[in-house]
Amino acid sequence: MKKILITLLSAISLIYFLPSIAMAKDKTPPLVVVAHTKGLSGLSLWWANLYNDNMLLFTILTGCITPIAGILIGFITDYLLSLTGIDLTKRELAEH
Amino acid sequence: MDWLYIHMPISGVDLFWPGLIILGLGVGILGGFYGMGGAWMITPGLNILGFPMAFAIGTDIAHIAGKSIVSTIRHAKFGNVDYPLGVAMILGTMAGFEVGAQIVMFLERIGKVDLYLRIIYLILLAFIFTTVVLDYLKLKKKEKLAKEKGEQLDKLASGVTWYKTLHKIKIPPVMTFKQAQITVSLWLPMFVGFATGVVAGLLGIGGGLIRMPALIYLVGCPTHVAVGTDLFEVMISGLYGTFTYTWKGRTELLAVFIMLIGAAVGAQFGAVATKYFKGMIIRVLFGAAVCIAATSIAQKLIARIYDIKWLDDVSTVTILGGLSVLMFIIVAKAIAGMRKEIQMKKMAQKS
Repeated sequence: MKKILITLLSAISLIYFLPSIAMAKDKTPPLVVVAHTKGLSGLSLWWANLYNDNMLLFTILTGCITPIAGILIGFITDYLLSLTGIDLTKRELAEH
Repeated sequence: MDWLYIHMPISGVDLFWPGLIILGLGVGILGGFYGMGGAWMITPGLNILGFPMAFAIGTDIAHIAGKSIVSTIRHAKFGNVDYPLGVAMILGTMAGFEVGAQIVMFLERIGKVDLYLRIIYLILLAFIFTTVVLDYLKLKKKEKLAKEKGEQLDKLASGVTWYKTLHKIKIPPVMTFKQAQITVSLWLPMFVGFATGVVAGLLGIGGGLIRMPALIYLVGCPTHVAVGTDLFEVMISGLYGTFTYTWKGRTELLAVFIMLIGAAVGAQFGAVATKYFKGMIIRVLFGAAVCIAATSIAQKLIARIYDIKWLDDVSTVTILGGLSVLMFIIVAKAIAGMRKEIQMKKMAQKS
């Protein structure tokens, strides 16, 4: 089981890294976008500064916040739908 | 009316936030119902809202990842997600996507790649649409024949049964996928995943539009399971896409959040709506969506070749208008189904 898991994880990581290896071939310089912080304050300013200064942390936070937000909103909407009284556990599997 | 606009800290533009919620809601409903991410539906909408195109793809993908989690969880509760099948397919899809991207790079060196790819895309959509029509007609014929014989057609019977031929290939390991109710060689879903991945990579799309019919017609999944399993794949690729595009600085998180509010509600509703539709009707509505997408792409193609600006605008109206009509049909039928179910429940409680 452990072997299968390791093989599976290695295969997934290899496939995930393939695009970056392929992109490394591309010699065109990437387009650099800078966030303008003028007029920003509070959280917006911190977020824009993070974008300009620490892209790794910006990426990790965006990559983590997005699914967490999805799950949270999903649970809330799931709860609200359950209040309607419809059965949310079963469905009939039929093509016609 | 300044309060209707919100400042995006990264791209620096002021956006009409109710528009983002409505767009998210619409794409959420269609995505949850059809089992796809639907980036091809969002981009024209974002364009209209004045969203900077440099951030469009990354923001699209991040919000798709978020809402796919919602609809995958909902479909999983219905038993519509076959996880082992999804994992088998995603391995093939990722490898195929890379091959497709490499082919594009090769074609770019030859030139005119964009035009050729749009034509391939059109042919593919026309093929999917024809298959759906053929499937529907064949099923109707089968139903008629069964009726004449006084027999009852199997609930899971479908018109186009190419998968039956593919199921005969028993190259080991042969696996049983419980939710999909199929026993096939593991190589079949992996190969189908690879093939759809190549096409998705070639066309630069997520692939849900191709994978959903491939799961039905080539792998032999019941429609509802195809929708749920495809969404599981969209979720995984969406999460990966979120990291890569954000790393390239192309994601506006605030816009993702706002869209996600609408999209999560829509995805939840779209997934629940599948409960009130028979598999064949989902397929027919999917065919209609494919037809709308093909028409819009054809208009865009003609507009580019002959430099007709207004036709480009017409293509945007076609896609957004057509999809709005489909969304209305889905919502109306789902609400009617929900009301009926609640009424029946109340009647059962009384008696």
